[in-house]
Amino acid sequence: MSGGSRREFATGIDISRALRFRFNNRSYVGHPGDTLASALLANGVQLLARSFKYHRPRGILAAGAEEPNAIVQLGTGEAAEPNLKATEIELFDGLVARSVNCWPSPSFDLRSAYQLAAPLMGAGFYYKTFMWPDWHLFEGPIRRAAGLGIAPQDPDPDRYIHKYAACDVLVVGGGPAGLASAWEAAEAGLDVILAEIDFRLGGSSLWRGERNEAERLEAALRAHANVRVLTRTNVFGYYDHNALVAVEKLDGEGARQRLWKFRAKRVVLATGAIERPLVFANNDRPGVMLASAAQSYLRRWGILHGRQIVVFTNNNSAYEAATSFVEAGADVTIIDVRPRAKIPDIAAVRVLPGHVVKAVVGRRAANGVTIGALDGGQTFTLQCDLVLMSGGWSPTVHLFSQSGGSLRFDEATQSFIPNRAVQAVECVGAAAGELSGLDIEPLWEVPGPGPKFVDFANDVTAKDIGLAREHSFISVEHLKRYTTLGMGIDQGKTSNVNGLAIMGELTARAPGDVGTTKFRPPYTPVTFGALAGPLVGDLYRPVRYLPAHDWHAAHGAVFEEYGGWARPTAYPFPGETWEQAAQREAATARKGCVLLDASPLGKIEVVGKDAGTFLDRIYVGNASSLKVGSARYGLMLNENGIIIDDGVFVRLREDRYLVHTTSSGADRIAAMFDEWLQCEWTGLDVAILPTTTQWATLTVSGPDASEVIRETGTDIDLDDFPHMTFREGSVAQLSARVLRASFTGEASYEISVEASNATQLVGALERAGRPLLLMPMGIEALMILRTEKGFLHVGVDTDGTTLPGDVGMAGPIARKASDFIGRRSLLRQEALREDRLQLVGLQSHKGVLPVGAQVLRDRSVPGPSDGFVTSSYHSPTLDGPVALGLVRAGRSRIGERVKLYDMGEHHSAEIVDTVFFDKAGERLRA
Amino acid sequence: MLLLTCPHCGPRDETEFSCGGESHIARPSLEATDDAWADYVFFRTNPMGVTFERWRHAYGCGCWFNVARDVVNHRILATYAMTDPKPATSETAISNGLQQSAELAR
Ligand SMILES: [Zn+2]
Repeated sequence: MSGGSRREFATGIDISRALRFRFNNRSYVGHPGDTLASALLANGVQLLARSFKYHRPRGILAAGAEEPNAIVQLGTGEAAEPNLKATEIELFDGLVARSVNCWPSPSFDLRSAYQLAAPLMGAGFYYKTFMWPDWHLFEGPIRRAAGLGIAPQDPDPDRYIHKYAACDVLVVGGGPAGLASAWEAAEAGLDVILAEIDFRLGGSSLWRGERNEAERLEAALRAHANVRVLTRTNVFGYYDHNALVAVEKLDGEGARQRLWKFRAKRVVLATGAIERPLVFANNDRPGVMLASAAQSYLRRWGILHGRQIVVFTNNNSAYEAATSFVEAGADVTIIDVRPRAKIPDIAAVRVLPGHVVKAVVGRRAANGVTIGALDGGQTFTLQCDLVLMSGGWSPTVHLFSQSGGSLRFDEATQSFIPNRAVQAVECVGAAAGELSGLDIEPLWEVPGPGPKFVDFANDVTAKDIGLAREHSFISVEHLKRYTTLGMGIDQGKTSNVNGLAIMGELTARAPGDVGTTKFRPPYTPVTFGALAGPLVGDLYRPVRYLPAHDWHAAHGAVFEEYGGWARPTAYPFPGETWEQAAQREAATARKGCVLLDASPLGKIEVVGKDAGTFLDRIYVGNASSLKVGSARYGLMLNENGIIIDDGVFVRLREDRYLVHTTSSGADRIAAMFDEWLQCEWTGLDVAILPTTTQWATLTVSGPDASEVIRETGTDIDLDDFPHMTFREGSVAQLSARVLRASFTGEASYEISVEASNATQLVGALERAGRPLLLMPMGIEALMILRTEKGFLHVGVDTDGTTLPGDVGMAGPIARKASDFIGRRSLLRQEALREDRLQLVGLQSHKGVLPVGAQVLRDRSVPGPSDGFVTSSYHSPTLDGPVALGLVRAGRSRIGERVKLYDMGEHHSAEIVDTVFFDKAGERLRA
Repeated sequence: MLLLTCPHCGPRDETEFSCGGESHIARPSLEATDDAWADYVFFRTNPMGVTFERWRHAYGCGCWFNVARDVVNHRILATYAMTDPKPATSETAISNGLQQSAELAR
């Protein structure tokens, strides 16, 4: 067996140009138009892989996406792509690839000793043998031994892009049937996209020799204004309403692959058919190949890689391959299982009817076959250097099935073909089951001993299917999972029908009664890079920046993400940790004054004559009774009564409110308002204006806060500006809205200006505050301050079960007559229980309690929980720990000592009131 | 991936929308019984067939609208405004939808 020279009649390669490439550390030469598989075959490389489980030597079986054996790693380093089929890699100059699953090489593989253990390693072997004490202990080493390619460790350096396209007709498959359909649609004036997985159009015409018509159509389509032709494009998913997804391999367009999202009015599936192997002993040896694949390598790629050829078939299609090889000068013998009466009359080919190939002789290459009559009797051996097989054809119905279409088993072609479509899709050509003249006689398994492979990719033999039957895994889905049939990288394209038909024979069911497993996307593997597209790294989840971000950065801020915003955690001095900085900042807020950027605070204007009525239905408390220029704190619930957000709302005018939400609630709450107005209360005259990002909000807080505002310069009368009121005026000569509300427990002024004026305002405040030692404060210090005050942080001190009464805010409800969202749920029995989790303070006398520590009901671990710590800090002002927690019936247990547990550590605390500092709230009104 | 028709913007991919669940559910008053309230908050019809649900063109105009969809085959039988009445669920309505699909298929 040798490579020999490339044949001149090859239609698919340009012999005048050489491409150099390396495979398993050896250098070779191929030509433009080659795949890695064809170039290796042309170089005489026949043994190029080891099988997944038994490490048996393997060669190339197929010529397309169905290849189960020739799995390679393409490229090196971070751009390497694991687990590609050599048959789908277009050769390029400088290509580097290597075999997977063998070491050091496929011809000398140290793990090939696994073959000796093969009799012990049938279906389910791993799961049954490595059970005690836990399969997962064994899984790692076993998966490594049965390895595939290696995923690169470093980030992918390549770019991937996404593109949407709509068309009248999407034709999948550029073979003769697809080309004809595309042409017909284009001529009818329709907008057509033609997608072909190969880098060349033509499909079966590339190896069957009928090139003239295909070339004429290709030229006409490429010139047609209505047609977009995409080659190297794998349409891998078919979803609802004719949405299809494809990945296109790009070459020099700035990105490696493009993910297409098609929406087609009509889809034509011209995806062809895949030839099936026959199942006989050692049918997996290198040198055993699908007949049509061998014909491709001969006619498209000009490789005559056998001189003495045995063709084993149960149908007529292999006679075409046989004839091609005879024409090329090879010696061909056909072993046909069918009786002489069914054999086509072809001169110059020797045919042995009524016989089967019992086994292949040779280990690392086929050098003969054992032949016998189907009904037993004498066997004899025939020498050969290439075995071609054809067990019939399976129409490529994957996409049709994904579209929801049903399949039926067709007796004439012994294959599953499209039955009923549920979307606007039709199959044409071989994909529709047009396989006329096959005259096939089913032969699912050749009787006799020896390893007879059904699934080459996952080393599933006919015996494994028998084992599955013995263990009652006879449903096709059970068969798949028990034996791993069809679960390899090739997804069983050559093996599924053989496997289910053998199971059918074992259980006296026709293949149509066994049925196929569900066809799922992707048709062939797709890289994660293509699916992710450009939305990786910083674009994966873009973070919003404060309008005065640069000012904060210049003042030493350490940024963290809070609800999608990059916000300062703290502003550490040199030598300070951020935790130390937060302590300093919190202490300063109680003694002097601090500056906090509160711009992300949600701002929604609610406008219209029914604005008050609307907000009465939104908030737990009353809104319509609020005076213009005043502010009020409110809780929002969902219909289950659960707290979903809170904040201060302001009445700007009679018909205009400004609603503040939590930073992370801004978008969610605006959407909720809109939903109620559009879907439920359609009669209310209210408009919703989310304005969060139009404003920059800077909060000055602390005993000296009003001094800072005064120094900054304002026309607002600060002597007549009490807590929970609102003023519009100028601050630092900027038009401003100022709200007196406090999340720190100190007198606070929330100053909002146009976002573009943020840096100007913060600079003015900084200058005015310098004599008063104003310093910037981050989120961490704010959290310390609000915990000292027992101020609720929704989502931290509440969870998906917390009702207003649980956090001590049922008061406003009693004073309110009208309905609001969630009110009725507060009357349910569950809501009225006295042993609900309630928010309380937890006073530790020995260190800061960990957040999440569980309150133990009876001191046992593990044991029942009575709640948990929600917020916990060291208070610089009180020089001790402060914590909040949700504790079962907590408010009735004030004064009780409880034990807590977290991550192996025990703690204790006293249940106390939620307010640790300034219980009367005099400071914030100052 | 569904193709939904926003009343304002026309046909768009499902990714531009968010589904708000079953539509035409009347909100009970405060005086509702526990059972009636639980039915409103927790229970949905979940038919195997035509379902009426509301969708929002979240990454578009923000408009809420109703969709009658067959959850078995994802056929959209009707798209109508929030304030429109629930369309007839009769055979006629459904077969009209089927007819539309058949026309698409041609
Ligand atoms: Zn819209």
